Amino acid sequence: MRRLTPYLLALPGWMWLAIFLVVPMAAMASVSLQTGNAIDGFAMTFSFSNYGDALSTYSTQLLRSLLYGGLATVAMLLIGYPVAYWIAFRGGRRKSMYLFLLLLPFFVSFVLRTISWNFLLADNGILFGTLKDWGLLPEGFHVLATTFAVVGGLTYNFLPFMILPIYVALERVDPRVVEAAQDLYATRAAAFRRVVLPLSLPGVFAGVLMTFVPATADPVNAQILGGTSNTMIGNIIQTEYLTNLDYPTASALSFTLMAILLVGIFVYAKALGTENVLEAAAR
Amino acid sequence: MRTRGRLGDRLLHAYTWLIIIWLSSPIAVMILFGFNDKQSKSNTTWQGFTLRWYAELFDVSDLTVALRNSLVIALVSTVITVVIGTMLGLALGRHRFRGSGATNFLVFAAISTPELVMGASLLSLFVSGNVPRDANTIIIAHVLFSLSFVVVTVRARVVGLDPSLEEAARDLGATAWGTFRQVTLPSIMPGVLAGAMLSFALSIDDYVVTSFVNGSTVTFPLWIVGAVKTGIPPQVNVMGTLIFGIGVLIAVANAVAARRRA
Repeated sequence: MRRLTPYLLALPGWMWLAIFLVVPMAAMASVSLQTGNAIDGFAMTFSFSNYGDALSTYSTQLLRSLLYGGLATVAMLLIGYPVAYWIAFRGGRRKSMYLFLLLLPFFVSFVLRTISWNFLLADNGILFGTLKDWGLLPEGFHVLATTFAVVGGLTYNFLPFMILPIYVALERVDPRVVEAAQDLYATRAAAFRRVVLPLSLPGVFAGVLMTFVPATADPVNAQILGGTSNTMIGNIIQTEYLTNLDYPTASALSFTLMAILLVGIFVYAKALGTENVLEAAAR
Repeated sequence: MRTRGRLGDRLLHAYTWLIIIWLSSPIAVMILFGFNDKQSKSNTTWQGFTLRWYAELFDVSDLTVALRNSLVIALVSTVITVVIGTMLGLALGRHRFRGSGATNFLVFAAISTPELVMGASLLSLFVSGNVPRDANTIIIAHVLFSLSFVVVTVRARVVGLDPSLEEAARDLGATAWGTFRQVTLPSIMPGVLAGAMLSFALSIDDYVVTSFVNGSTVTFPLWIVGAVKTGIPPQVNVMGTLIFGIGVLIAVANAVAARRRA
């Protein structure tokens, strides 16, 4: 019985992942090689050309998504690390209050928050409209429908996912280790660089993973904040799947996107040192 | 040296508050415009204070249905996720078994899979298998994308747990179940609760995956996106405000109760 325990514990979760993650991938792989249309149905023809066609049509949006996702992730890391650091080491007894305040946006729907930004940043809305009335901004000034709006929206929406894992990693760092470094004549900067930063890297790894992937594939920010010239690959896949009912093209694009992200994650993991990839992802 | 450190700390403190304010500003806007006495069709400029939208909260009937769907789906999927996710987290954190490497990889893959790809692949499966899309398929999808987060938070907690505590309990005559309930579970509880809160938040928030597997069932985020073109009624702001308020109240009550117990 004791030997069976881990299998019994793991079984339901494992089955869920196998049936609803692995099997659907196979289904999508199959669809991506089919031809046909929504009315007459689709048939398996092993048309690998679906991939080439989809890529040549939508390479701009794909590259743009990777760029926006990357920019947003770097912004989140730079913005979020100091916050996680301060709460972990200087938050004192109010640590949980600060974490709670950072998580406040999660009590409001993601879509609703993005719409609020659209509203806040509107060309003649409460912010810019007022500044224009006061003559502080030129009439033509706008933020909506720019790259800045989309990258800013992505940064805003996923920031807590960057801060939390870094906080968890930093919170585990024993302050006495930092004191020891300083007792051994390390400057504050050196103690940070040689002791704190390396110990927080698993958190940074998890944070980047939890933000880059969803930011790159997100269709909502581009749709609500980006106008027509900032379309990302997520918008294309959604349209092909749900509006055009072109399942093969949509599946081929989804697979390509996932392959690029997976390869990216592995290259990135290799660069950080492979030994703790799964462990790092776990934190 | 010390003063510089203190100044740096003070700057970081102010900076942390700045980020908190930035993160909260759209919430403030949402709450404010739930009180806007708007006359025109669009709710974009301030036209005076009213409580009208609170009185007429449930007047947009399909919006009310969408909200109820979202709450039920979030509740059911959180319960399922927490139970099977905690079990899997315990298994992976405590035991080495055949297939644990592959299972770790699956957990990792579920986190790395973009929501969009997850939604598209689930739709491929449901279309291929002629599975009708409704609240059940939404729950299946929500458990799928929340599961790994519960596994990961619980597993991290289990790994950090000193095994000698459990051994001591067993040595003192506790049964396996007693040890779990009185030693293991309380120690991993912060991880379980964090996972549960994350699951609920992810579920009630989700637009992308749900948009693929919803069939004709509409959730709160789906309804809102559908209404963007025609204009968001202020009832949406009010509902958002109420969800926000109730969530905050529960969380604060929870924290106060935890402090009392300690």
